[in-house]
Amino acid sequence: MMRADGLQVDAEGRLRHLLTTEGLSAEMIRRILDTADQFVSVSEREVKKVPLLRGKSVFNVFFESSTRTRTTFEIAAKRLSADVINLNVGVSSTSKGETLLDTVYNLQAMDADMFVVRHAQSGAAHLIARHVKPGVAVINAGDGRHAHPTQGLLDMYTIRHYKKDFSALTVAIVGDVMHSRVARSQIHALKTLGVPEVRVVGPATLLPAAVERLGVRVVRDMGEGVRGCDVVIMLRLQSERMNGALLPSAGEFFKCYGLTAEKLSRAKPDAIVMHPGPMNRGVEIDSPVADGRQSVILPQVTFGIAVRMAVMSMLGSPA
Amino acid sequence: MRIEIRGARVVDPASGRDEKTSLWIAEGRIAGVGRALEGFRADETIDAAGLVACPGLVDLSARLREPGFEYKATLESEMAAALAGGVTTLACPPDTDPPLDEPGLVEMLKRRAAGLDGARVHPLGALTTGLKGERLAEMVELTEAGCIGFFQGNAPLPDNGTLLQAMRYAATFGFTVWLRPQDAALAGGGVAHDGEVATRLGLAPVPVIAETVAVRTIVELMEATGARVHLARLSAGAALDIVAQARSRGAPLSCDVGVHHLHLCDRDVAGFDANANLSPPLRDPSDRERLRRALAEGVIDAVCSDHTPVDDDAKLVPFGEAEPGATGLELLLPLTLQWGRESGLGLAATLATVTCNPARVLGAAAGSLAVGAPADVCLFDPSRSWVVKADSLASQGKNTPFLGLELTGRVVRTVVGGRTVHSA
Repeated sequence: MMRADGLQVDAEGRLRHLLTTEGLSAEMIRRILDTADQFVSVSEREVKKVPLLRGKSVFNVFFESSTRTRTTFEIAAKRLSADVINLNVGVSSTSKGETLLDTVYNLQAMDADMFVVRHAQSGAAHLIARHVKPGVAVINAGDGRHAHPTQGLLDMYTIRHYKKDFSALTVAIVGDVMHSRVARSQIHALKTLGVPEVRVVGPATLLPAAVERLGVRVVRDMGEGVRGCDVVIMLRLQSERMNGALLPSAGEFFKCYGLTAEKLSRAKPDAIVMHPGPMNRGVEIDSPVADGRQSVILPQVTFGIAVRMAVMSMLGSPA
Repeated sequence: MRIEIRGARVVDPASGRDEKTSLWIAEGRIAGVGRALEGFRADETIDAAGLVACPGLVDLSARLREPGFEYKATLESEMAAALAGGVTTLACPPDTDPPLDEPGLVEMLKRRAAGLDGARVHPLGALTTGLKGERLAEMVELTEAGCIGFFQGNAPLPDNGTLLQAMRYAATFGFTVWLRPQDAALAGGGVAHDGEVATRLGLAPVPVIAETVAVRTIVELMEATGARVHLARLSAGAALDIVAQARSRGAPLSCDVGVHHLHLCDRDVAGFDANANLSPPLRDPSDRERLRRALAEGVIDAVCSDHTPVDDDAKLVPFGEAEPGATGLELLLPLTLQWGRESGLGLAATLATVTCNPARVLGAAAGSLAVGAPADVCLFDPSRSWVVKADSLASQGKNTPFLGLELTGRVVRTVVGGRTVHSA
């Protein structure tokens, strides 16, 4: 029986890996967000570099392909002056039958300091973290449905930037919560930071069992779900959901759960609209809202680089 | 060889005996209990003070991994594990490679096992050829080769149409159909109980209805065909109600539970421990509680180890990719004793679940210390504690969620057919 607590945060309270937002203390989350604050200004300079990770090797090991996330990690690592190697393992060794751990051991033998890992299976990052040498850090860039902690943290950063105080917020997370590692990471962080009302909104086919036990309120109706919200987070809907008999069509999903100006009008007038990206316009969200004045989707991307720089700097150097 | 086991606490659940006395063995059979035959001269006398002597354990499910999976375990290593666990009779599932759907394979397995002079092996034959769920296996031929029932193992149940015919055919000859009650479509490739833990960990869920729908369907098909059925490895409390109702209507239905499901629940999957990846999955604490009670009350007939040795490589992968199963032959006794103690049961009632009750399910002459019965005896120290580690296990499978934990109850000697086949 293993617990994540001893794995990502050591006995002295230092962050050794970032695998999940679940179990991170409010203090640790705030420390990451505060560190990210400093890095936002780095990205605004003409010379967008600090030497914090100079000489360190960061390996982006993506078993599930993703250009966007990998690119933001690469940019973050380079702004910290690290050397970055990108491995799309999906097309190389696993197709030759090499196990996940063997791939990692091989890369470790090339003296990697940090692994950024994305994998289709929940728990992949945990497995790797349990088997790397001491001193090698693992950042989970998304494992199956389980967690995407840097996304969760950048979403918290975004909310803090626009709303300041978590303790009085109403937040709605809309869409395919069942399959969303982003939603899970957001929920844990929101609850830890003291957000009193977190709603998950979607059809029953897209909500996982016992989700209320995570501290959220299930709302079936979108209008009800966004009523009075300060933050509306739209999740991406993958086309596979229609094939798996979970939804009839993207059109019907948009009709019921898509964020339009009309639906958004039920939220507070200064509510912010978020989306982890990439967006499916006309499925989760319509263009006027995505491009409208309440949308903070693009700032999320900018903040994402600062948050990833923060996490990497905290992992890459002793506290 | 004539053996006297002196001064043991002799517990024979079949007869209700539980007393400090002696046991005499001659010519492979129990020659006397409590009172020696006149003129009995023992070749070996075992001082069993402080020990319990009970019938050799009867395990309804132990994967021996032959033929085909020798890299996971061999007959030699797993028979040694059985004897180290005090198991003297076991049934092995047909999900070998190739599956046990050919009489020749069954004969070969029985012959190899017999040659190893260990536990008595009762193979379960495949219900369908190749376990594919399409064509009936030759149940008559397989029974003649030594199969005691027909099973799909961990392979999916056939569709209802085929299952109906399989049960009808088996009923013709009075064969018992063993079924793992899991509806494949509802289980949907899930790997963990559909509850809070699976939601937190993002693991594909196996809902309880996958089991209850299957149990209901099986009960209906039993009524339509008259087949005798054994439900293998119940996991959900809700399934127990259906089973109890069917039995109260007189249905020839027996069932078992895996010993891990008496002790663990879905929370033990926390941290993605692949050793806790079991099939059926570990469910809610309330399910565990109901299973424990149902075994105590007799709604569940027997507990088995569901012994499944898995090579390290198949567990050192992300949880959802791991091969399900745990090594269990050597943990069956201490874990059953623990359940019995915690449930407030006496030793006889506790041991019935691993001796006479499973023997009855198998229809085997085992699980009893009656005079004249085969001398299959388990002698154990109920107070000896030991730590579950790779080197304290004889099985080649070191995959157990109990790794590093201390258990109480250790087999000191195992006798099969009057011969000592294991001592520690």
